[in-house]
Amino acid sequence: MIPELGLFALIIAFGIAIVQGVVPLVGAARNDATMIALARPAAWAQMLFVSIAYAALTYSFVVHDFSVLYVSQHSNLVQPLMYRISGVWGSHEGSMLLWALILSIWTTAVSIYSRGLPNVLMARVLSVMALISVGFYAFMLWTSNPFERIFPVPADGNALNPLLQDPGLAMHPPMLYMGYVGFSVAFAFAVAALLGGKLDATWARWSRPWTTVAWSFLTFGIALGSWWAYNELGWGGWWFWDPVENASFMPWLVGTALIHSLASTEKRGVFKSWTVLLAILAFSMSLLGTFIVRSGVLVSVHAFATDPARGVFILIFLCVVIGSSLALYAWRSGTVVSTGRFTWFSRETALLLNNIILLTATAAVFVGTMYPLVVDALGIGKISVGRPYFDTMFALVSIPLILLLGIGPVMRWKNDSSERIIKSLSIVFAISLSLGIVLPFIVDGVLNIATGLGLAGALWIAITTVQIFYQRIKAGSRMPLSFLGMILAHLGMAAFVAGVTMVMTYNQEKDVRLEPGSTYELSGYEFKFNGVKNVTGPNYEAQEGHLEVFDQGEKIADLHPQKRAYSAMGNPMPMTEASVDTRLMRDLYAAMGEPLGDTAWSLRLYYKPMISWIWLGCLMMTVGGVLAVSDRRYRQKRS
Amino acid sequence: MTEIKQNNKSMLQRFMPLIIFTLLVVLLGVGLTLNPRLIPSPLIGKPVPVFELPLLNKEGVFSSEDFKGQITLLNVWASWCYACRQEHEVVKQLARSGLNVIGFNYKDKKEDAQLWLRQLGNPYQLVMADEDGRAAMDWGVYGAPETFLIDQQGIIRHKVIGPVSDQQNYDELIAAIKKISGSNL
Repeated sequence: MIPELGLFALIIAFGIAIVQGVVPLVGAARNDATMIALARPAAWAQMLFVSIAYAALTYSFVVHDFSVLYVSQHSNLVQPLMYRISGVWGSHEGSMLLWALILSIWTTAVSIYSRGLPNVLMARVLSVMALISVGFYAFMLWTSNPFERIFPVPADGNALNPLLQDPGLAMHPPMLYMGYVGFSVAFAFAVAALLGGKLDATWARWSRPWTTVAWSFLTFGIALGSWWAYNELGWGGWWFWDPVENASFMPWLVGTALIHSLASTEKRGVFKSWTVLLAILAFSMSLLGTFIVRSGVLVSVHAFATDPARGVFILIFLCVVIGSSLALYAWRSGTVVSTGRFTWFSRETALLLNNIILLTATAAVFVGTMYPLVVDALGIGKISVGRPYFDTMFALVSIPLILLLGIGPVMRWKNDSSERIIKSLSIVFAISLSLGIVLPFIVDGVLNIATGLGLAGALWIAITTVQIFYQRIKAGSRMPLSFLGMILAHLGMAAFVAGVTMVMTYNQEKDVRLEPGSTYELSGYEFKFNGVKNVTGPNYEAQEGHLEVFDQGEKIADLHPQKRAYSAMGNPMPMTEASVDTRLMRDLYAAMGEPLGDTAWSLRLYYKPMISWIWLGCLMMTVGGVLAVSDRRYRQKRS
Repeated sequence: MTEIKQNNKSMLQRFMPLIIFTLLVVLLGVGLTLNPRLIPSPLIGKPVPVFELPLLNKEGVFSSEDFKGQITLLNVWASWCYACRQEHEVVKQLARSGLNVIGFNYKDKKEDAQLWLRQLGNPYQLVMADEDGRAAMDWGVYGAPETFLIDQQGIIRHKVIGPVSDQQNYDELIAAIKKISGSNL
C-alpha cells in the first residue's frame, strides 16, 4: 500500500508542478494577480507531495519491503538502518527522487526567504523552477519509477553497493545535489529577469546569496567525495579525474566564476548579461553532470545504446532547458546596457580575468571528459585523456589564477593605479617567491622549482589575504561578514594549494610483501606487520591486518586496514578499507593488497605530507561561503 | 586613461552561446546514434581465433593453443578504461576462486598497463599485450572491458560485454561457468 501511496503522491506532485510552471508565468505576462498569487501555495503543495513520495520510499527501505524492485536491488536484511536510509539514493531511481525533493526544498526556500521580491518576479522564478521539476517528475514516471513492484517477492534483497556503505559517501550525494540543484535558483532568477526584460543589478543581489549557499554545498559535497575516495578505494589518491568527478567539478568551476561575477554585477552594475549567461551555464553544467552520471554513457557507451530511454530523455531535457534559455538570452539580452564604467586596471577587470581563467579551466575539463566519450561513440577508436592531460592543463591555469587571487582583492573598484598595487604587493611577491623556493631546499636539500612555485603560490595567496584583512583592522573600518567570508575562502584556497603541492612532490608509496612480525621503513617511519585476523561486521566478513607504526623507536599509531567481502545473495562483493593515521602535517596510510601464501600479505603503504590541508582548505571555503551569506545586508532585504 | 564602455551587443554576440550549444548537441547526438549495436558474438560456440601475442610482463608469447586443457576466462582490459577499474575487484575475486584468468591488454601502452596492475593488483595468470588491436579484431572485440569464457577444448562459450561487476553480467557469467564445469563456484 505504502509504495502505491508514494507513486500516487509523485503523480500529484507532477500535476502540481505543471500548474505551478504554467499558470503564474501566464499570469505574469497578463498581469493577472490571482494567477500570480498561485505560485507560492503551489510550491508548498508540491513540496508536501514530493516529501510524501520520498518518505514512502524511505519507509519501504526501512521495513524491508522487497516487493519494491528498487528496495530489493539495493538493500538486504542485514544492512544497517543507516545504509537502508541512505540506500534511497544509492542508485538511479532514488537519486532522481532525491533530486526532485531537493529542487522542491530550494523552491520552497525561495518562496519563504525572498519575501521582498516583487510578486511578478517571484511568480516567474517559482514557475521556472517548477518547469525544471516537471522534467524530473516526467523522467521518473516514464523511465525510472522508484516504486515499481516485482512478483514473486524475493525473500531477501541484493545489498547496496558496498562502496556506498561508508558514512562519508552516504552524505556525499545529498550535499552534491544541494549544490547542483541550488544553481537552479540563480538560473531561475536569470531566466525570470530575461522574461521580465528587467536585468538590473537587483536581480544579482537577490540571486547572490542563493548562489553562494549552493556553491558552499557543492564545495563541501565534492570534498566529502574526495575524502571518501581517499579512505575507501585504497589507492591513496584524492582526485582521479574520472568522469564522475569531473561531472561535479565543472559546475563548481562555473559556479565559482558566477559568484565572483555576481559580486561585480551587484556592486558595480557591470557584466550584467555575462552574469546571466554564467547563471545559465552553471545550471547547464549541473544538468550535464546528471546526464553523464545517470545515462550510463560512463560505464560504457554500449550500455547507453542498449537502454537508451533514460539517456535520450535526459539529453532531450538538457537540450530543451539549455536551448530555450539560450534562445531567450539571444532574444532579450540586446536590451541590457551595463551602466558601470571602469578602466582596464581595476577590480572589475580582475574579476573578469578570474572568470575567463575559470571558464578556460571548465573548457579543459569538458573537453577531457567528453572527447573520449564522443570518440568512443563514433567508433573511431579509443583514446585516453588521463591524468597527464588534466594535470598539465591545471598547472597552466592555476598560475595566472593564483597570481590574480593575490592582486584582485587588493585592487579598487573602477580605477586603480598600477604604481599603488606594485608598491603594496612587490615585497609580498618577493617574500613568498623566495620563501617558497628556499623552504623545500632547506628541508630536502634538493632544489625543486615546481614545488617551490606551488608553495610560493600558497604563501602569496595567504600573505596578500592576511594583508588586506590587517589593513581593514588598522583602518578601523567596518568588517562585514561577507568580507570575512571572502578572507576565509581565499585562505582555504591557500591551504588547498599548499596541500596539493606537498602531496604531489613528497608523497611516498610502496607496495611491500610482509610476513607477520616483519617491518618496513618508509620516510623514516617503521611499519611493523602483526598479521591478519578475521573480523565479522553486520553485513560483511573482513580480513583485518594490524600494523604498528614507530617513529624512532616510539610507537605512534596502530593501523587496521581491512579487506571486506560484503554478503549479497551468494555473490560476495570485495571492498578495501584503508586505515589512516592523520596528523596536521602528514598522513600515514595502509591498505591491504592480496594474500601471498599462507600468512604473508602484499600491503600498500603511503606517507602523505599535508594531505589533510586539501580537505581543510575545502572546509574553509565552505565556511567562508556560509559566512558570506550570513551577512546582514541580505537579511535586511526581507520585509 | 581609456574607459571601457559596454555597448549594446550585436546579433552575432547574442546568438553565439546558442550556436555553440547547438553545435555541441549535434556532435553528441551524431556520436550516440552512430553507436555500434550490441550483437552476440558470432564466435560463441566456435574455437578461439588463431593468434599469437607477446606477453606484457615477461618474455614469451601466448597463442590460441594455450587455452586447451582448462576453463579460462579471458578479460579484455586497458589502463585508460574507466569501467575496467570498476570491475577489477570482481576479476580478482574470480581469480581467487580458482579460475584460470588471462588478461588481454587492449590498445594500451606497456608502461601504463604495468603501472595499472601494480596499483590495482594483478589477478592474471598471464597478460598478453595487443598494442595495435589487431588480434582484438579477430576476437570481435570493439571496446573494453569484455570478457570471454573459454572451455577445456578451447571453444568460446560465453561473452560478457561491459564490466563483469554488473550484477546481470556477473550472474550470467557464473551460470555459464557452472554449466560447463558442473562445479559450484
